[in-house]
Amino acid sequence: MTEPIISIDGVNHYFGSGGLKKQILFGIHADVDPGEVVIMTGPSGSGKTTLLTLIGALRSTQEGSLKVLGQELRDSDEKQRVALRRNIGYIFQAHNLLNSLKAKQNVMMALELHTHLSTKEQAEMAEEMLKAVGLEDRMNYYPDELSGGQKQRVAIARALVSNPKLVLADEPTAALDKKSGRDVVEIMRSLAKDRGSAIVMVTHDNRILDVADRLIHMEDGELESYDLETQAPPEKVIALG
Amino acid sequence: MLFAIPLAWLQLKRERMRLFIAIAGIGFAVFLMFVQLGFRDALFNSAIRLHETVNGDIMLISTRSNSLISIQNFPQRRLYGVLGAEGVGKISPIYVGFGLWKNPFWEGLPKSQTRQIMVLGIDPNDDVIGVSGVDEKARDLIRFQDQILFDKKSRAEFGPIPAKFVELGNKNELISTEIADRKVTIAGLFELGASFGADGNTITSEANFLRIFTRRDRGDINIGVIKLKPGADLYKTLEAVKKSLPGTYTVNPTLTPEAAREDFVVGEMRVLSKKSFIEVERKYWQNSTAIGFIFTLGTVIGFVVGIVIVYQILYTDVTDHLAEYATLKAMGYKNRYLLKIVFQEALILSIMGYIPGYFLSILMYTGTRNATALPLVMTTERGIFVLCLAIIMCLMSGAIAVRKVQDADPADIF
Repeated sequence: MTEPIISIDGVNHYFGSGGLKKQILFGIHADVDPGEVVIMTGPSGSGKTTLLTLIGALRSTQEGSLKVLGQELRDSDEKQRVALRRNIGYIFQAHNLLNSLKAKQNVMMALELHTHLSTKEQAEMAEEMLKAVGLEDRMNYYPDELSGGQKQRVAIARALVSNPKLVLADEPTAALDKKSGRDVVEIMRSLAKDRGSAIVMVTHDNRILDVADRLIHMEDGELESYDLETQAPPEKVIALG
Repeated sequence: MLFAIPLAWLQLKRERMRLFIAIAGIGFAVFLMFVQLGFRDALFNSAIRLHETVNGDIMLISTRSNSLISIQNFPQRRLYGVLGAEGVGKISPIYVGFGLWKNPFWEGLPKSQTRQIMVLGIDPNDDVIGVSGVDEKARDLIRFQDQILFDKKSRAEFGPIPAKFVELGNKNELISTEIADRKVTIAGLFELGASFGADGNTITSEANFLRIFTRRDRGDINIGVIKLKPGADLYKTLEAVKKSLPGTYTVNPTLTPEAAREDFVVGEMRVLSKKSFIEVERKYWQNSTAIGFIFTLGTVIGFVVGIVIVYQILYTDVTDHLAEYATLKAMGYKNRYLLKIVFQEALILSIMGYIPGYFLSILMYTGTRNATALPLVMTTERGIFVLCLAIIMCLMSGAIAVRKVQDADPADIF
């Protein structure tokens, strides 16, 4: 059996301190295998985003064990987390592209951290990636010259261009209409599958649940997992959308 | 400092209007610093202009003199007294006086047609003022009674003398006017320039000087100019001059031993090398008047204004890009990368703002030079100095603005 790409074991998380200390996550257990597409659902305030920021090494893990790409994040320091982040692709709710850079340069920003690549190689990889998301004729456009769906596709290209083993996405379709939302997740899924990247995606959008291999539902900081190949998504998950 | 994608420059370029305002603001601060420093240097340079042109190696002045505009007289026999000293070649006196000049071409109201002018009395036999227009031929002209030479770079308020001199000269006529109620004739023009102390200058012979300033006695001179014998050593001669003067020898205790060798007091005479003679006058304006301080303060104000402007621009820029910076951090960029961006932006702004400020200052210098006859020129040293100030100014603003970058928290953007 292959080593899971994410392995979460008994993770608790708290915000605030002293009398205001509030527990957000309660004994989370989950594994994500390489290449797996996992969708995380749950009502607002259920702790989805907190879990995602923990996996993404944007916060340090307080209790329990959280291993991402083999790196233990419990009591990790900033330096270790920065190093780990370079191997994860991020797609945000808002596209968060750099407005001063053209589409191609935005994608190249993800490659600039990988210093062994020359500028020419970076440009070639960025162009290839933008072709893959169907933006070959928009490479030299600035973000504010692109539509919402196109921007999100640039963000996907940016997240995937360095071939990360893990892609984290937070409601990537939230700002998009049905058609472009669907396109975006389809592209994401097929590219991730081609490259063997695992995806963990938080979403409220029940129209896209079918792209997932597995569904994780969070409620009040606790987690339930459903294998979509053998089970239908539960009612409460669908009702959320 | 260089990346494949010059993000700092691209970000600045993207916000055209903001970039333009930033450049205008920094350019203004640079301009302000150039104006202040330029005026300060012009003041000092104009104040020592006469001192630099005096043809002599050692000067004697009264111990009571602080500067040219308040120069005191002393008996000429003191100057004769050093003539026998080892190394002393020629000696020559200079008389300095200030009198009211009457503008001969004034057509306005009767008042304010007069203005104070500096009159120098020299021995026509000695080439003691080394400026163009005071050659042997010109010195022969002032041997005649009440004939003077006029500084054509004097301020315009003295009248359109240079133009009229040429115009009337073609008709073989000379301009006549009055200095201190004495009728004089302008026999020639020379070129020295106005200073903060004297708006205009004239040169005449000792005899004519005493005719203008009737209260002055022959032999009450202001500057004693000593020329060394060819090959004589300056310091040995200074020693010899020291011994030949009556009275006790004292030095200013604040001077370094080297400086004290060429700036000392014997009895009622202060003995100065030409270098110290210039230095003493410069220091008077620099330290003993408010003017040097005011211009330095003006420079500091320009610098502070620049810091505030650049800080505002950089702060707004960082705030606008906060979400983008947080994204970069989430992608694995270190804080250091973002700090570099802010400092690069600061550096780019300082240089881009300096260029228009520099050229504007040259324009202003030229305009002021023509209007005031002050020696206002762009020097390489000042150009480099202000460039350094501009860069320091922008980097200081950057150092304040980068604190905002710490606010970019990647956990917030999910």
